Amino acid sequence: MINFGSGNTVIKSKLISRRMFVLTAAKTIVFCGIFGRLVSLQINEATKYKTLSDKNRFREWKLAPQRGVIRDYFDKEIASNEKVYQLHITPENSPNLETLFFRLKTILNLSDKRIFYLKKKIAKQKPWEPIIVSDNLTWSEFSRINLFLHELPGVEPLVSVARQYPDQSTAHLVGYVSQVSQKDLQNKQYLKDMSVGIAVGKTGLENKLDKDIIGKVGFQRYEVNAFGKRIKQIQIDPGETGKNYRTTIDLDVQKFTSEVLEDKAASVCVMDIYNGDIITMVSSPSYDPNSFVHGIDKKYWNELITNDKKPLNNKAIAGLYPPGSTIKIIVALSALENGIWNPKKYLNCTGVTELYGEKFHCWKKKGHGPMNLRSAIQRSCDVYFYEVARLLGVDRLSETAKKFGLGKKVLEGFIEERAGVVPSTAWKRKFIGKNWYLGETLHSGIGQGYFQSTPLQLCLMTAQIANGGFEIKPRVLVNDSKNNLREYIKFKNENPNEPLPIDMLVSNFDLNPLFRNQENINFVKDAMFAATNEAGGTSFRSRYNDQKFMFAGKTGSSQIKRFTELQRELEIKQKDIDYKDRDHALFVAFAPYKDPKYAISVVVEHGGTGSGSAAPIAKKVIKKVLERDQMREQVQNLTGEEI
Amino acid sequence: MFQPRSIQSTMTFRDKILSMDYILLLSILLLGIVSMFAMYSTDGGKFDYHTKSHILRFGIFFLMFLIISLFQIRFWYQTSSLLYIAFFILLLGVKYFGLTSSGSQRWLNFYFMNLQPSELMKIGLILFLAKYYHRISTQDVNKIKFLFLPVVALVAPVLLVVAQPDLGTSILIALGGVTVSWLAGVRVKFFAYASILFISLTPIAIAFLKPYQKSRILTFLNPDRDPLGAGYQIIQSKIAIGSGGLFGKGFLNGSQSYLDYLPEKHTDFIFTLFSEEFGFVGSLFILILYSVIILRLINIGDMTRSSFGKLYCYSFATAFFIYVAVNMGMVLGLLPIVGAPLPIMSYGGSSMMAIMLGLGIAMSCRIYKDTPVN
Repeated sequence: MINFGSGNTVIKSKLISRRMFVLTAAKTIVFCGIFGRLVSLQINEATKYKTLSDKNRFREWKLAPQRGVIRDYFDKEIASNEKVYQLHITPENSPNLETLFFRLKTILNLSDKRIFYLKKKIAKQKPWEPIIVSDNLTWSEFSRINLFLHELPGVEPLVSVARQYPDQSTAHLVGYVSQVSQKDLQNKQYLKDMSVGIAVGKTGLENKLDKDIIGKVGFQRYEVNAFGKRIKQIQIDPGETGKNYRTTIDLDVQKFTSEVLEDKAASVCVMDIYNGDIITMVSSPSYDPNSFVHGIDKKYWNELITNDKKPLNNKAIAGLYPPGSTIKIIVALSALENGIWNPKKYLNCTGVTELYGEKFHCWKKKGHGPMNLRSAIQRSCDVYFYEVARLLGVDRLSETAKKFGLGKKVLEGFIEERAGVVPSTAWKRKFIGKNWYLGETLHSGIGQGYFQSTPLQLCLMTAQIANGGFEIKPRVLVNDSKNNLREYIKFKNENPNEPLPIDMLVSNFDLNPLFRNQENINFVKDAMFAATNEAGGTSFRSRYNDQKFMFAGKTGSSQIKRFTELQRELEIKQKDIDYKDRDHALFVAFAPYKDPKYAISVVVEHGGTGSGSAAPIAKKVIKKVLERDQMREQVQNLTGEEI
Repeated sequence: MFQPRSIQSTMTFRDKILSMDYILLLSILLLGIVSMFAMYSTDGGKFDYHTKSHILRFGIFFLMFLIISLFQIRFWYQTSSLLYIAFFILLLGVKYFGLTSSGSQRWLNFYFMNLQPSELMKIGLILFLAKYYHRISTQDVNKIKFLFLPVVALVAPVLLVVAQPDLGTSILIALGGVTVSWLAGVRVKFFAYASILFISLTPIAIAFLKPYQKSRILTFLNPDRDPLGAGYQIIQSKIAIGSGGLFGKGFLNGSQSYLDYLPEKHTDFIFTLFSEEFGFVGSLFILILYSVIILRLINIGDMTRSSFGKLYCYSFATAFFIYVAVNMGMVLGLLPIVGAPLPIMSYGGSSMMAIMLGLGIAMSCRIYKDTPVN
């Protein structure tokens, strides 16, 4: 047909070669393109793809850290961790979730509602993510699960730790932890990195210290395949247990006080007058903080919120009460400091005084007769203080009251704490929008009217008078900073005759004196002594004759409802009127009188009179505190040596 | 004039062996060995099913390649139409008796292997057209009546393969046929007409595409469209190759393939696995090996004196290049995922068989380069 080597073949050959040349050129270009792509992926962008590859490969599981422990002054635990038995399910390890839930239902008494909720949750998350079926199993449930474990694939019984509060008396101070809420996530940035299911501090110290006490989250890093199955563990970081804290609280005193208060709606604060250590801060009645840890039972919750005595409220820092007659020590001090009153001045109390036609009654209907400032404090004469307050004026009174700690928050970081009110003309104009009436000054002079304070503020006020009039900062956490006030007292006792001008106090001991003349402070202290230890004093019945426990205090009762003229005429007693309408009973004191160390405030809601119901409580608590004073001193010295 | 015949008749077995292209031979062998290591890695570092089977196949088909290359080129010339028809019948057989796997019907069950006739058709069509264009003169190539047969010979198997459905292989078959026609001198305008016709038919063709094929094309255009679905393969392949870096993660250390992030790692994505473990250096080595094979095939074409041999060798070299380029382009994210194996490296008997058949015939062209085919 076509001969080999003929012209035609040569032409054909040339044609083929020519066209092949075009193809070869195209091939070269394409291979160069592939080469370029390899350079770009494996050299230029290698780092990016290595990161992506690691992101594929590794998956982290977070480990919940253990919460730090809170202890009292003597290292007794007041918020600890207990072992809890939990049950988790990893859905991917279970061949049939329906049968698994059916089995669990019979073993654990799971409700249908709970199962429905769990199934919904499983559907939402990845199959390899474990889900918590129960976070607090009883031992018998836990052992039953372990017994049937071989029939329950996907189930992981595990031992974990959860918060435990050994004593209810510290419930308000320590607060409690519970499940993280949406609001917590917004307010507490550090929760973002935490593992699911971690408990967060809601109130009290648990809330205040949450950031440091919660600990550092740990993680386990696993290599996982494309289906999410864990292939091997690469790294483990157990995280860090949260910081432990030691508080200034004496758990024994706290428990004792709580028992003394029984179920009264009341509050007691005791403070070291030199360093501000809060020895005890009890609010009664209490509640079980453990009930919040694993989600509170609805019935118990309803019980708590419908209780008239408000067990959830921390009355020591969030309860606001008119200070009543306890303010008289501030009124007297302010009058002396401002030089408007001679303490020797006598007034005759007839039981009532009149101002612009309005009657102002003394609590004693028949009147006290002739009174000077000391006896007016001792017997708590209202008429005398109406006159002192009238001359003093509310603005000078409010200045002194604020200086001694009323009307502002005392502690740091307690969200539930309230500031209270110290009224003044400016305050009334700003918050009520009206001018001040002189009559209101008279009410303020006996701690009624607009005055509102917390028991802790009253305790601080008393402490700052008891220590000779120096500013202290109340604290709940032990802090080994130098105690200048104690050094000053020591110096003064060793050199009793050396005069110490105020500016020297400031420069040598770094103190902030709250007085102009310390004699005025001493006068008030002496009057308080009289109120408790001299016949006719309001708290004379609650005195101790033993020098060791002898204290000086001031009673108070704050009116809830004004007495009508009729009631006054009939001499109605407090115990005869409705509980809700009874006066709050107050008492503030410091002890021991000779060498003061502690200040106390007691508020009994609707307790009637301060002398009747508050002072006897204070008497018991003071004894307990003073009995333990030596022990406390020793611990203090011990910690001092450690530094 | 008959001198070549006498040369041929005097060729001893030793002469034949000596006139083989040893660079080509060594490159194929080297690639085969590399592919065994890659396969060993896909088995998770164990001498397992895929590795054993791959080694066995490579051994058998390499032997077949050697035997085929000793056949006279005239034999292949004479049997090419017959082979084409035989392959075509097998393709028809697939349509009626084929095995179905993952939604497409591609295989015929023989007792010793599952044969994929579409792979063989890649070679069959080239052989058939090479012979056809060898027989007609250059003047006749562009006459309409001489265009008729090549078009039918190309379109018929392509349609059968598309219907399986196997878009990737059908495109590769068609490109092989187009290459032969181009080399034989078919005018550019005919290719232009064909392209216009193809493009205008595309919308209709798309209507017939399976949903997964449509999604593959869309995914290629934007891999992040559906990162957990269709785009997953491209994204994971790019991550694997990129994370290999300059020197790779080391043999048996490719985390992407070990942890099953890499799909189809035995077959279409074998290059990805190799690239992850041996890095840019390894990838370049493979690219160079393929370039050498292609250049040697072109070189044989240059030496061969018959038009059949030239057409065949050039076309096969080009087709071989296309297989490599399409596969690499695919795993590198330059082309959509169409399902095209990498010659010799990928696991798969039919593909290996077809490539070895093709290479054997090319080697035969080398040995009998001076022998006329008729």
